[in-house]
Amino acid sequence: MVLKLEHVTKRFGKFTAVDDLSLEIPEKEMFGFLGANGAGKTTTFRMILGLLDSSGGQITWDGKPINYSTSHLVGYLPEERGLYPKLKVRDQIVYLARLRGMTKSKALIELKSWLERFKIPEYENKKVEELSKGNQQKIQFIAAVVHKPKLLILDEPFSGLDPINVEMLKEAVLALKEDGATIVFSSHQMHHVEEMCEHLCIMHKGSPVVHGGLKEIKRSFGKKNLVIHADFPLESLENYPGVVKAKTTMEGIQLQIEGEYIAEKILKEIVGKGFIRKFSLEEPSLNDIFIEKVGNSYE
Amino acid sequence: MNSFWIILFHTYLNKLKSKSFIITTIITVVIVLALTNINNIIDMFDKNGGKDKVAVLDESGQLYEPFKKQVNTINKDINLTLYQGSEKEAEKAVEKGDFKGVIQLRYNNEKLPEATFKAMGIADSALFTDLQTGLQQLKTMLAASQINLAPAQLQKLYEPVSFEKFALEKNAKTEEELNQARGLVYVLLFIIYFSVIMYATMIAMEVATEKSSRVMEILISSVSPIKQMFAKIIGIGLLSLTQLAAFLIVGYISLTNNLESVKEGFFGVYGFSDIPIGTIVYAVIFFILGYFLYATLAAFLGSLVSRIEDVQQMITPMTFLVVGGFMIAMFGLGKPDAAFITITSYIPFFTPMIMFLRVGMLTLPAWEAILGIAILLATIIALAIFGARVYRGGVLMYGKSNSFKDIKKALQLTKNE
Repeated sequence: MVLKLEHVTKRFGKFTAVDDLSLEIPEKEMFGFLGANGAGKTTTFRMILGLLDSSGGQITWDGKPINYSTSHLVGYLPEERGLYPKLKVRDQIVYLARLRGMTKSKALIELKSWLERFKIPEYENKKVEELSKGNQQKIQFIAAVVHKPKLLILDEPFSGLDPINVEMLKEAVLALKEDGATIVFSSHQMHHVEEMCEHLCIMHKGSPVVHGGLKEIKRSFGKKNLVIHADFPLESLENYPGVVKAKTTMEGIQLQIEGEYIAEKILKEIVGKGFIRKFSLEEPSLNDIFIEKVGNSYE
Repeated sequence: MNSFWIILFHTYLNKLKSKSFIITTIITVVIVLALTNINNIIDMFDKNGGKDKVAVLDESGQLYEPFKKQVNTINKDINLTLYQGSEKEAEKAVEKGDFKGVIQLRYNNEKLPEATFKAMGIADSALFTDLQTGLQQLKTMLAASQINLAPAQLQKLYEPVSFEKFALEKNAKTEEELNQARGLVYVLLFIIYFSVIMYATMIAMEVATEKSSRVMEILISSVSPIKQMFAKIIGIGLLSLTQLAAFLIVGYISLTNNLESVKEGFFGVYGFSDIPIGTIVYAVIFFILGYFLYATLAAFLGSLVSRIEDVQQMITPMTFLVVGGFMIAMFGLGKPDAAFITITSYIPFFTPMIMFLRVGMLTLPAWEAILGIAILLATIIALAIFGARVYRGGVLMYGKSNSFKDIKKALQLTKNE
């Protein structure tokens, strides 16, 4: 059940939204899709779902194209949340689940267990428009997963939620992955992807700029972060050779350096100047990588 | 169950249970009941059982009986009573409402009758005219006898002139038949016009609601947009048939209950006493085809807007087409055989109303109606294919979209370059 995108391209007239994208997402994997606004994430999702035809290339899942005959195996949480405002939660979920090939009685059982899990069982008979936005989003999530999809596509699942709800939703997503679903999700929030995905892809203007396993990406990025907290001024380090970027913080300084060997040199440089409370060499965050890869090409 | 049927019944049942649907149905049923019982209602408000009571002050003492006879032959509903009392008292009685009016009969110098009519108001010209005609006839009779005309001579004088009408066209309907057809066709045309606008708008709203609430994207990832579009069109179509069936059944039962009283009045003249089955069958066919034509149009227009507020603006051109068709049909009611009507009856967007008008009013060869139906069917199929493509792209488009350029954009979205 591998999801495979081979040289996928999508053009709208003269505008190229997705350009020669090739990806392979193994079964039971959580795959993160990153990208600035307009990078082509939603278009890619829509092509995976078969809502849009690609202008070139192939998308297959388990060797077959995804279309309406497989829709009962696929779950989708669109970026723009939307449910029928006038329908009751129960009718809504049952209707959408039946369209995904579920029977009414099974859908009701699933709905109840999901509402319990999200601690909102009392909303079953409420109209969607009466719910708060966060709760609407939970209902939306239930709508995407109620039929136990094997392939789940989540477009910005955590946006607009408070931290408690984000945790709740994250747990749910991880549980689905444990149950054997392949999950593709997109986010602006790097730490979500960092926390949850083994593999990821950073899109920029329709092309993948970074693609692969999280660890490899970080390793191959080369640059590291160095955090120093000390009692003496550290400003002089900003112009130290090998320092790419520097940011002064309340307690000290945060440097981006070209490699581990620079850290060694810096340590020798500052030892003896005073008390060093912290000297820590850190892996680059996904945020750094994203800003570097996407930000650079903005210029 | 197939997703097509799920959507169809979801659309149908949801609308059926909605408050607005139930309220409009009830209001219309009340109107239908009122219309079919119009005679009873008029009678109810008329204290004297629909009869106009008029007091007669006969100064001559001879005119009352013959006058009453004459008036009764003209209008049975005028109830004349010889009033024993003074003029003042009679006027008082009229003011009290005991009588509609008081008529004073007397002879003039030439021994011919003349009269004065007094009533609270003189707006009721029908009563006045009937009384006048009655007296006129009486006067003619008296005048004739005064100049000693023999009954045979008198009869000759009154003999109606012979005037015959012939239609050279075979099977042409007589004026009377045309009048009868006109009433029924008018009502059915109005139903077609009204329902097409109402239900087509309903579909456009339905699509736009799903789009603006963004539930559309989940829907189209589950079920193909084309399937959705047709499930919706048929679902709302069933709804319209349900509503119309309710009106027709209520109307029919109510009409047959009042058949006797209704036959005599307004409905009889306009052809409701014996409804030709053919006209009804054609009405149903053209209603269904007209509905599909405009519903398909409305569905894809609805798919182009992102906000419900824009729906009206988007479907305005469509509404104009329906209104235009209706206007032409109204003109055609008076002149169903005009060349203009014949031509427009083959223009697909007008066919449902105008071809129906023609088959209802004229005696058309079957091929003309069939050709009209065929043109309609072909247009519906073409529009459905085109509409489905626009719909597929349109539902994915957001932004300030309310121009027809968006049709191009929507088509481009579905294109597989």
